[in-house]
Amino acid sequence: MTTINSKIPEGKLSEKWSEYKSHQKLVNPANKRRLDVIVVGTGLAGGAAAASLGELGFNVLNFCIQDSPRRAHSIAAQGGINAAKNYQNDGDSIYRLFYDTIKGGDYRAREANVYRLAEVSGNIIDQCVAQGVPFAREYGGLLDNRSFGGAQVSRTFYAKGQTGQQLLLGAYSALSRQVQNGTVKLYTRYEMLDIVLIDGRARGIIVRNLTTGKLERFAAHAVVIATGGYGNTFFLSTNAMGSNGSAAWQCYKKGAYFANPCFAQIHPTCIPVHGEFQSKLTLMSESLRNDGRIWVPKNKEDAEAIRAGKLKPTQIKEENRDYYLERRYPAFGNLVPRDVASRAAKERCDAGYGVGSTGLAVYLDFSDAIKRLGVKTVEARYGNLFQMYEKIVDENPYETPMMIYPAIHYTMGGIWVDYELQTSIPGLFAAGEANFSDHGANRLGASALMQGLADGYFVLPYTIQNYLADQIQVPRFSTSLPEFEAAEKAINDKIHKLMNIKGKRSVDNIHKQLGLIMWEFVGMGRNKEGLQTALKEIKEVKREFWSNVRIPGSGSDLNTEMEKALRLADFIEIGELMAYDALHREESCGGHFREEYQTEDGEALRDDRKFSYVACWKYTGDDKEPELLKEDLNYEYIKVQQRNYKS
Amino acid sequence: MDKTINITLKIWRQKNPKTKGNFETYPLKNISIESSFLEMLDILNEQLIHEGKEPVVFDHDCREGICGMCSLYVNGHPHGPDEDVTTCQLHMRKFKDGATITVEPWRSAGFPVIRDLMVDRTAFDKIIQAGGYVSVNTGGVPDANSIPISKINADEAMDSASCIGCGACVAACKNASAMLFVSAKVSQLALLPQGRIEAAHRAKAMVAKMDELGFGNCTNTGACEAECPKNISISNIARLNREFLTAKIKD
Repeated sequence: MTTINSKIPEGKLSEKWSEYKSHQKLVNPANKRRLDVIVVGTGLAGGAAAASLGELGFNVLNFCIQDSPRRAHSIAAQGGINAAKNYQNDGDSIYRLFYDTIKGGDYRAREANVYRLAEVSGNIIDQCVAQGVPFAREYGGLLDNRSFGGAQVSRTFYAKGQTGQQLLLGAYSALSRQVQNGTVKLYTRYEMLDIVLIDGRARGIIVRNLTTGKLERFAAHAVVIATGGYGNTFFLSTNAMGSNGSAAWQCYKKGAYFANPCFAQIHPTCIPVHGEFQSKLTLMSESLRNDGRIWVPKNKEDAEAIRAGKLKPTQIKEENRDYYLERRYPAFGNLVPRDVASRAAKERCDAGYGVGSTGLAVYLDFSDAIKRLGVKTVEARYGNLFQMYEKIVDENPYETPMMIYPAIHYTMGGIWVDYELQTSIPGLFAAGEANFSDHGANRLGASALMQGLADGYFVLPYTIQNYLADQIQVPRFSTSLPEFEAAEKAINDKIHKLMNIKGKRSVDNIHKQLGLIMWEFVGMGRNKEGLQTALKEIKEVKREFWSNVRIPGSGSDLNTEMEKALRLADFIEIGELMAYDALHREESCGGHFREEYQTEDGEALRDDRKFSYVACWKYTGDDKEPELLKEDLNYEYIKVQQRNYKS
Repeated sequence: MDKTINITLKIWRQKNPKTKGNFETYPLKNISIESSFLEMLDILNEQLIHEGKEPVVFDHDCREGICGMCSLYVNGHPHGPDEDVTTCQLHMRKFKDGATITVEPWRSAGFPVIRDLMVDRTAFDKIIQAGGYVSVNTGGVPDANSIPISKINADEAMDSASCIGCGACVAACKNASAMLFVSAKVSQLALLPQGRIEAAHRAKAMVAKMDELGFGNCTNTGACEAECPKNISISNIARLNREFLTAKIKD
């Protein structure tokens, strides 16, 4: 029986990280130059890690699938980044951010990791300001804050509605500086297709040069995966079109545990689905819930009239509106966590109160805010989001309420890592959304940026040295070793096989089929029967894909359909593991809502006695059931209780 | 059912940087006006794959106007006829039934075509690498509130920093100048105390790199500002010129 060792340092919670740093092993400057580190991904986690490791003097090779590191999907994060600075004097502290994150995650995250995250959160803001990130400021010249879901303090720093963009450009500038200094070598339009292990350690990767279609090999002393989440398993999500789970999935297939795959976040405020041709869903920032009020008609007849186009939302009188979040959760109101807000929207729509032509939408209304603050202030706060909404929907949110509906947004699950962000494969590290570490079963708004940058700037540059210190005698590996040969051959065989199917359906066509199954059975409400159906239907999709996909062009040339096919092959398997994990977790917690397990008033009902653990799945072979390993979660500093956002 | 239109697409097809490209014509029927421009291209590609042909290659990723990946020259305009949007935010409701729509890649010596509508914009990365940053290492920086910055400067820096690096300014310019891109970064950092220290060096280094990479000169036509999806102002170029001249005079 394999046991899980999360390597949490001894000592008091608040002292673990400083104790760790005081006693960890370091690498001296002369040796750093001789050590190569591969970083896959250039988002907040990958870009920050590559830049910081380069600054330290390591020889870094940094890969991304886009044409520039600046395009990683972190760029699309809108609302903000949390940090326990307590600049507002409203009672914030490291402990409170830690507590809110654990509670927001429905008590399924590791205490020590989350505490460290809260501890370094302040450093992130300092770092970004020093880089020239133009955060919003007050008239006195100091930094401004706003509120986000799941918190009663204002600790969110922001740069208009483009915080992710500005933070990423900060990391990108730090990275560019290292490229200029020669410590980081960039490989853009490269996709990692496999990880290479030598004697059980991660020693390199096989990549496909997306411009030429040729496979290439790279060796290093350690490999960092920072390739984001797997939300695109659902086809329609708020992720970018290229976002994928393949790098993480290849690590899983080489022995890295995959943790809590069923923990996926459904974001409550996205522009609703409108047609079959739709390629993605657009998020409307959570920050809008600071001033926007969510409602549906109180009377079913009104909802029906709206759906039929006979009534406009502005014609519905105040007393006939149901501000259901304010009604159900008086203490947090419109700022309840995302999982709670999403389920509440689904509940109203399922009950027949939904609006829009499909009935799968609720209103997010700014008329009160405009009355209270004036158009100018509202425009200053949310102008770019309102503009984006108008361009997509062709309606003016200053005049009529926005329509929103939940959509897949983020995956809390991911590659299992220990306290050092090392996976179960020595020398293989995972950072940012790609790992599972800090958000438990639900991530709070403005915490993804915090975690990505914490991992990249302040955690990994320390912990990776504790590993590399033992590698200073290890010479550089040749990429002609049999391990590299074998890995490359396996990929070539896979590409060859895909090219030779010559079926009838496009990759997207099959992906949409997978997405519908995922949304229906592995989405916001899950149950045993549905999950079993999903497992059966995903198997059929797999069979269909491997026998009927059509990929035009050549496998060894630029071929965007081949890129998508390789990703879809993995999405199908990821979807299967998500359903498998969701089926095994017979409780509701955070974003994982099993309809069989709910309280009388429809809230998530955890089973701490049976499920207070991280589910770590170990790959055992194609079409074989994965093995479940459990990392028990022990709460020493927080009293575990039923989440309460009502009072 | 949404309203639909029929259109004719004239799309630039080019196998690789070395071959000569040409326009191909594709009729498309029953396109929902609610679909985005890129979704319309998805439909075309689905049709091409179905016919056993190779799909049109184009860059795209976030599809919400922020990553800067999409880069189509539609009916003579970078990012198409709508204002303040990237190609991915352009919707088919902006086109009339029966319209012929011409789609080309960015055209500039600085951005060679890779295939069809996909171009190589690594030149922009190289310009940033030449000096588009504040030289601080991770850690050891002062508290974020230790230097107050006036809201006016912070907001103006934010406006400059909104650039998404898509390259529309270069595509719009008859000289294929990258001045708007360069000036946005130089301005952002010059407006903040953190960036002031290296301001002179930055302006010189980035301009020199831009020249070296084959981008043209600015002749103040204002086409870049008019076509910029993020409304980056040409006042940034004026500021860059000031920074550049001051730096040169000091030399």
